[in-house]
Amino acid sequence: MFGHLIKRFIQMIFVLWIVSVLVFVMMSFTGDPTFMMVPLDATDEQIEQARRILGLDQSHLVQYWRFLTNLLQGDFGRSFVFRQPALQLIMERLPATLEIVFLAMIMALVVAIPLGVYAGAYPQRAGSRALMAGSLIGISLPGFWLGMVLIFIFAVKLQMFPSSGRGPTEMIWGMRLSFLSWEGFRHLILPAVTLSVGTLAILMSIIRAEMMEVLRQDYIKFARAKGAANRFVLFKHGLKNALIPLITVFGLMLGDLIAFATLTETIFAWPGIGKLLVDSIYRGDRPVIVVYLMFVAFLFVVVNFLVDVAYALIDPRIKVS
Amino acid sequence: MTAQTDAPLLRVRGLKTWFHTFGGVVKAVDGVSFDLSPGKILGIVGESGGGKSMVGFSIMGLVDRPGRIEAGEIIFDGRDLARLDDDAMQAVRGRQIAMIFQDPMTALNPLYTIGNQLEEMLTLHTDLGPQARRARCIEMLAEVGIPQPEARLGAYPHQFSGGMRQRVVIAIAMIAEPRLLIADEPTTALDVTIQAQLLRLMKAQVEQRRTALILITHDLAAVSQMADRIVVLYCGRVVEIGASAALIASPRHPYTRGLLDSIPASHQGRSRLPQIPGTVPDIRKLPPGCSFAPRCPRAAERCRAEVPELTAAAGGSAFACHFPLEASA
Amino acid sequence: MAANMPAAPPAPQRSLQRSWQRFLASELAHNWRRSASAIAGSIIILGFVVMVTAGPYLTAQNPYDVRQLDIMEAFKPPMWLEGGAFQYILGTDQQGRDVWASIVYGSRISLFIGLAAMLGSVLIGATLGLVAGFYGGRLDAVIMRIADIQLSFPSVLIALVSVGWVVYARTVRGATLREKNREYVQAARVSGLPNHKIILKHVLPNVLTPLIVIATIQVGTFILIEASLSFLGVGVPITQPSLGLLIKNGFDVLFSGLWWISVFPGLFIMLVVFGINLLGDFLRDELNPRLK
Repeated sequence: MFGHLIKRFIQMIFVLWIVSVLVFVMMSFTGDPTFMMVPLDATDEQIEQARRILGLDQSHLVQYWRFLTNLLQGDFGRSFVFRQPALQLIMERLPATLEIVFLAMIMALVVAIPLGVYAGAYPQRAGSRALMAGSLIGISLPGFWLGMVLIFIFAVKLQMFPSSGRGPTEMIWGMRLSFLSWEGFRHLILPAVTLSVGTLAILMSIIRAEMMEVLRQDYIKFARAKGAANRFVLFKHGLKNALIPLITVFGLMLGDLIAFATLTETIFAWPGIGKLLVDSIYRGDRPVIVVYLMFVAFLFVVVNFLVDVAYALIDPRIKVS
Repeated sequence: MTAQTDAPLLRVRGLKTWFHTFGGVVKAVDGVSFDLSPGKILGIVGESGGGKSMVGFSIMGLVDRPGRIEAGEIIFDGRDLARLDDDAMQAVRGRQIAMIFQDPMTALNPLYTIGNQLEEMLTLHTDLGPQARRARCIEMLAEVGIPQPEARLGAYPHQFSGGMRQRVVIAIAMIAEPRLLIADEPTTALDVTIQAQLLRLMKAQVEQRRTALILITHDLAAVSQMADRIVVLYCGRVVEIGASAALIASPRHPYTRGLLDSIPASHQGRSRLPQIPGTVPDIRKLPPGCSFAPRCPRAAERCRAEVPELTAAAGGSAFACHFPLEASA
Repeated sequence: MAANMPAAPPAPQRSLQRSWQRFLASELAHNWRRSASAIAGSIIILGFVVMVTAGPYLTAQNPYDVRQLDIMEAFKPPMWLEGGAFQYILGTDQQGRDVWASIVYGSRISLFIGLAAMLGSVLIGATLGLVAGFYGGRLDAVIMRIADIQLSFPSVLIALVSVGWVVYARTVRGATLREKNREYVQAARVSGLPNHKIILKHVLPNVLTPLIVIATIQVGTFILIEASLSFLGVGVPITQPSLGLLIKNGFDVLFSGLWWISVFPGLFIMLVVFGINLLGDFLRDELNPRLK
């Protein structure tokens, strides 16, 4: 187990290094940031000087080396627009994103698990068929469009929820969070619902498929032969086995969630890291884009590492091998 | 529990369990009857696909869709289990009637410890406190011959060998002291050397508690050493039933004869082991007369046209054959 | 009677007919006819394809032709609402473009991108997967060639393909590894067939099934992703809006209550992707023996 963790850790470092190369190559081919730095009426000399400061006068290899050593020293560059460290900028916006992602995740799980178990246990029933059709629709609709429809219905027409922005926040453990006040929570609902629908639909269909597979196993019938109630068998013996593949899916879905969050934040003008990325792309704020990409890669790698660990914790068969 | 020896604990009458599939009706069990008294062992034998397991699942009320108990009675302790709903069956399962499955590799949930799965039985069916439950589990594991039972409580199924797992399954089945145990091919998936050990263990367990046992198997040799009575099934129907010793000594149905002949031990010295020609027919397309006719050496015109009725013979035995073998002795 | 018939080689027409008949008699076709969702999915897809091919004949207006637009006709609601006109069934947008016409033309772009990205992914992914599974190393040259090809494609396609091929490469590689050790491949090797022929003739047909299933569903996924990218402004050029870009255009005026400009293209995406997914799920259930 320990050796396995070490191996995974080395893999993590390797993946992050590859990402740093990719990010660097991408940045090198997408325009010259010099013109973001200098005034419009800059002289050739000023431009030349800016290029020297940015290190653009040197070869790509030297530039990459500088990029890498800066990263390793924790220097992620400063935003051209906000004139503050890019990492700090991302960290400030992160709680807002985490807030809607977590709320969406919780909503998706709370709804998807019982419904998926039901649909998997009684696949022939009309209710299960309706659930699966609903899940397929959920997978088929563009999430950002759903957000717009929700805004139109609940914010513009019914005026039940605010249409955009974050509302009041409170500082907890150094993070600005909005779910603690009712007004802040009201702002949170529509973005979180938008984000959760696609996840919910996918989770439900996966849980159903896994349940159907698990319920075919002998140990389910044996548990019923023991005289356990049907529901007890479904949840104690069925669900736990069905959840194991789900954990892997969870790690893979993180990428989708971050991408969807970007769209959701754009629609709801939610000041998270996704909105920051889109704004930075429009403004050509290169350091912020770089840090965002590196940060997401880091998040992705860490979450998948944790997924591996969770796997070993829930499935006793893995500990030994 | 001081049941009279003669009052049967279980009376099965005309049991029919059919499967309604797209390809037609599969009559997995088609009119099976037998009695079983407390402390007795009944063997149900037949080839694979003969509907043996379905008899067991029908008694447990665990027939999966599209299967259904179509007709018949399963009188257990005065109640007809075939008419009970699932909630009422739940109280019977595990507590009154327990079952042992064929493959111990898949019968145990891989994610829970042995102790957890054993204790689950006690939580479901007794009022014992946690301490007492644990003590009872250790005791039970020791009884089925698992070394260091206390330490093994926390182990997971994958840490056990197949034989050990089947011992655990037997422990789970017996721990709530059921009155009837159904063992569905309990040793088929195991090594030959372990098979005899486990059969002995099961026999000791049921004798000690006067539990009735239904042993479902394709292994006539094993069943002849264990059972008091034997039911021979072919294509969902009883072809012969009788006291174990008499049936082995003098089978009346050609199919029973064929099964006996293909046991290696009874043919020492002969060069070739005889076998029943052909295979079990597709149960959806049974021939009109006797199902065994296409494979039977004694079959005549009448066998292909007319289904033989189960006919009573001496000593409480019965057979379904137009041209039975002579009764010896 | 058959004896005096001249022995003619079977016309290609007839052999095509025969394989169509064989398909109709197959289990897949049989189950297709029994599955309401598979039929519904097929009808939706068929309708979409007809609409995309017949495009210009279904609309009175070419939304890309500025001369046909009339700014005075802007912001017309759908025809069943107050102020709507029969001429503009689903209303018009801020430039007087017919929303229905925009959807028809936008569908062409969306479907083209979805299909092209899928085909590119299949081609690259399946090739890489086959080669990687069959040979092991020697990938370098192949990957360089792909890099050359990629550079000459529009950026959205590259983005989608560069994400999409991975699934195929992985699936096909796994299936190839499995097939490679089967007797029939070994036999072909022993008989001296060159490797590329073994791959094309023996291995590829046996890994096609999972490929078809993934490809079907991926067209839908790509349409969705393209819509998202266009919405963020990094998708197709603004002169030829896809369905996603139509939604984005409508978003700007949503708060003034002009919902139809964005709602209808979105509904349309949903319908089409839903149809594709229905059929894809059916194919997956039918072609995946593990689930049977």
